[in-house]
Amino acid sequence: MRRTTLQVHESSAKPAGAPKIRLATAWLGGCSGCHMSFLDLDERLIELAEVAELVYSPIADIKEFPENVDVCLVEGAVANVDHVKLAQEIRARSKVVVSFGDCAVTGNVTSLRNRLGVDDLLNQVYQNGPGSVPRGEGDEVVPRLIERVLPLHQVIQVDAFIPGCPPDPERIWAAVSALLRGEPVVLSADMRRFG
Amino acid sequence: MSVVTLTVNDELVSAQAGQSLLAVLKELGLEIPTLCHLEGLSERGGCRLCLVEVEGNNKLLPACVTPVQEGMVVTTHSDRLVKYRRMILELLFAERNHVCAVCVMNGRCELQANAASIGMDHVRYDYLSPDLPMDASHDRFVLDHNRCILCTRCVRVCDEIEGAHVWDVMGRGVNSRIIADLNQPWGTSTSCTNCGKCVQVCPTGALHARGATVAEMEKQHDFLRWILDGREKKQWEHNR
Ligand code: SF4
Ligand code: SF4
Ligand code: SF4
Ligand code: FES
Repeated sequence: MRRTTLQVHESSAKPAGAPKIRLATAWLGGCSGCHMSFLDLDERLIELAEVAELVYSPIADIKEFPENVDVCLVEGAVANVDHVKLAQEIRARSKVVVSFGDCAVTGNVTSLRNRLGVDDLLNQVYQNGPGSVPRGEGDEVVPRLIERVLPLHQVIQVDAFIPGCPPDPERIWAAVSALLRGEPVVLSADMRRFG
Repeated sequence: MSVVTLTVNDELVSAQAGQSLLAVLKELGLEIPTLCHLEGLSERGGCRLCLVEVEGNNKLLPACVTPVQEGMVVTTHSDRLVKYRRMILELLFAERNHVCAVCVMNGRCELQANAASIGMDHVRYDYLSPDLPMDASHDRFVLDHNRCILCTRCVRVCDEIEGAHVWDVMGRGVNSRIIADLNQPWGTSTSCTNCGKCVQVCPTGALHARGATVAEMEKQHDFLRWILDGREKKQWEHNR
């Protein structure tokens, strides 16, 4: 089995009787700040590793989104065709999908481009800028941008929301620990503010 | 002054005739979400966040512009009210471009705070993402239409307190805009006295000080009380 950042801590954990929760985290159109904040859970990551196995994550170098995921935290808005495809795989293969951070929840900074059309955007940033990049339409090397950046829940059904840019570790822990207990995510008012 | 008796959330309360329902609810210590209302300004009844249920009336009534009446039976918190208040907030977020993470008012915004307290953890409507300008022509202040919720606090404070009446609302519905003077850049307004009152009362990041960056803007409305106490009660001293 692939060893992941979280599983490294397993040696220090008590052997768990119950099967571990299959946890995934994914990264769509975001800055990775939400994942950084997730890592800021610090020693709570050890606690997490005792009950959960990280089966997919940008910090774990796993290429395919696996089957039978219990909980998936999704950072980032849906901005290109690869994001759409991954979002659909995540939905099909996960029991609980969580919009993780403002970009996934609202579109946030990623969606600032929505006031421009895709062509306008690429022209202003690249064609009229210092260099040109492949549009990705023909060769699919660079994923094609979709017309409008969308919050995750406008692409797939989402079960819980963790607002924040990034959500601070306390929020993440409040949400994740509820999910691990099989309870719905209910954040207090001070934990659900955007921004 | 005549007294009326009404029922609020199953309790009998008395109030002065002519008081607004919102004023009475606040005296009772009830937390009613508001956005267009601001103590010291005339009421507008525009944001609809302060909606309450009044028995015998199928429509929900905005408490800030509803006078108390003898025998009124009022409910201030119910699933139905939370549902509508949340819908109103979601529509406000969907209508313009609210990106709290990069907003001058992040952390101190009344719209953001209302959304958090009511439990609006996402917006179910499509974002309109309108292409809106910023007016940065004024020496000291900026108007960012992307964050404006058309509460008209700026219009009222400039007219009623400062007496300059720089601001007005142009257009209808989703095309409404706050305009300076005869729809010209704020910096070219001949009526603006640069007092900054509109900036201080704006509940969102729409009006802010020039040069303020993310989460830097702080606003104060205390001046309204000082000015009005002076005007109305001839009371000029205040313990700050
Ligand atoms: S005005 Fe308020 S709600 Fe809008 S982006 Fe700024 S902080 Fe967020
Ligand atoms: S700065 Fe003062 S005078 Fe100018 S628009 Fe604002 S409230 Fe009116
Ligand atoms: S600029 Fe501010 S005070 Fe004026 S209407 Fe818009 S949100 Fe309200
Ligand atoms: S506060 Fe009553 S309608 Fe806005």
